[in-house]
Amino acid sequence: MSTNQNILVKLKEAGFRINDKWLVKGVTLQIEKGKIVTLIGPNGSGKSTTAKIALGIYKKIDGEVEKYTNKVGYVPQKISIDWTLPLRVNDFMTLTENLKAEAINEALSLTGVIHLKDKNLGDLSGGEFQRVLLARAISKKPELLVLDEPVQGVDFTGEIALYELIKKISDELNCGILLISHDLHTVMSATDHVVCLNGHVCCSGTPIDVAKNNEYKALFGEQASQILTRYEHRHDHIHTSEGEIKKN
Amino acid sequence: MLDDFFIRALLAGLGVAIVTGPLGCFVIWRRLSYFGDTLAHSALLGVTLAYTMEFNIAFSVFIISSLIALILIQLQKRTNLPGDALLGLLAHSSLAVGLVVIGFLTFIRFDIMGLLFGDILAVTVDDLLIIWIGGPLILLVLKLIWKPLFASTVNYELAEAEGLNPDRAKAIFTILMAGIIAISIKMVGLLLITGMLIIPAAMARNISDSPQKMVVYSIIGGVLSVILGLFSSLEFNTSSGPSIIAAALFLFILSLLNIKQSIKLKN
Repeated sequence: MSTNQNILVKLKEAGFRINDKWLVKGVTLQIEKGKIVTLIGPNGSGKSTTAKIALGIYKKIDGEVEKYTNKVGYVPQKISIDWTLPLRVNDFMTLTENLKAEAINEALSLTGVIHLKDKNLGDLSGGEFQRVLLARAISKKPELLVLDEPVQGVDFTGEIALYELIKKISDELNCGILLISHDLHTVMSATDHVVCLNGHVCCSGTPIDVAKNNEYKALFGEQASQILTRYEHRHDHIHTSEGEIKKN
Repeated sequence: MLDDFFIRALLAGLGVAIVTGPLGCFVIWRRLSYFGDTLAHSALLGVTLAYTMEFNIAFSVFIISSLIALILIQLQKRTNLPGDALLGLLAHSSLAVGLVVIGFLTFIRFDIMGLLFGDILAVTVDDLLIIWIGGPLILLVLKLIWKPLFASTVNYELAEAEGLNPDRAKAIFTILMAGIIAISIKMVGLLLITGMLIIPAAMARNISDSPQKMVVYSIIGGVLSVILGLFSSLEFNTSSGPSIIAAALFLFILSLLNIKQSIKLKN
């Protein structure tokens, strides 16, 4: 049993391999209620694999996974839906859980796609479909939300709005979020804990800790480091109207 | 009323069509047409087993088909052969073994044509009981596993991640497939069962925009095929199983007209 009531998922030295090729190994992290954990790392660094380990999709793993919730919402990175299925957005929303019409409408409104409710899933654009995927994941009011590049293909303004929405959901539902993203700018302002992956955990901590880490700098470059620190600044001071800088 | 062979045939056909409707939708969605075919071929082995051991035909077909399905799942896990090759292997070898076994059973007079194409007009009251008890049972179980089965049909990982246990649903569905083949083999025969599963569902796909509608239309299509097929077989004195399938094909062709119209509307 968990000693901390807030823990939703805990990975201990978790790894996954296909035959002898490790996709990721030695990942230790935990997701707590109301917290956002972000996985960053280059392509092929094992971000999606780590998410699938946490979700229990991969079963033959090394190390340990402890999952304390079954109320999960998942937005996969890639989803191949067979378009021979006659499936409208409305049907897709109730795929894994029976929802009331109000809950469906609310979620679709939040992600800005309520007007697509009766459209066939196959007729949506990439960005529209991504918004529907996010709406579906949040509509069931999950305790754990796993978002694997949730805003891919979404237009620029929409992207910012959706990240704000994700932050809001984390606060309002008090759910834990595991977020995978390439966009350091937008993500870092909201993240509580960053895990930087490169086949293994190369560093982890608060965004500012990670930004200072040399391995992170080596992986992403000096510029990326500045992005993280800049966002961290937003948290510890305010610019007053007189042009003064005021510490929080 | 049940004394009339035609009424019995009609009742049996309707009972089967109501079950093949929803199952057929999943066969199409999950791309399992060859899987259904394989199970149907293996049914021949089940029938010969029933004759040698003096079992009930439906029961023995159910056992053999389930067994073949289990073997298939194991082979998929343990070999590097693609799924369709394994299906072909099992379908034809079980059919061949079934025929070889029949060759040994010289003391029994076999109606091979009846086995292959079914003989709905020879349905007995006992057969009716099996269909009308087994059929609703299959539908009930399908309703119970609908959510995980459908969710994993759309996307396996979503279903698994959100705790729906898709593997269990898949295993149960496999058994349901063996079940429908068992209760319908005597009527439509092993070569036509897949037709009953696929054609009404394919027709339904052409005219529906949601999964629920497709299931309903698929049932209606199956029911109409049975009625149309049986009455025309009476009228033109054609064999009844193939007549039902031909009627289903006719309905499918009609549904194509609907597609053409909706494509025109889109452009």
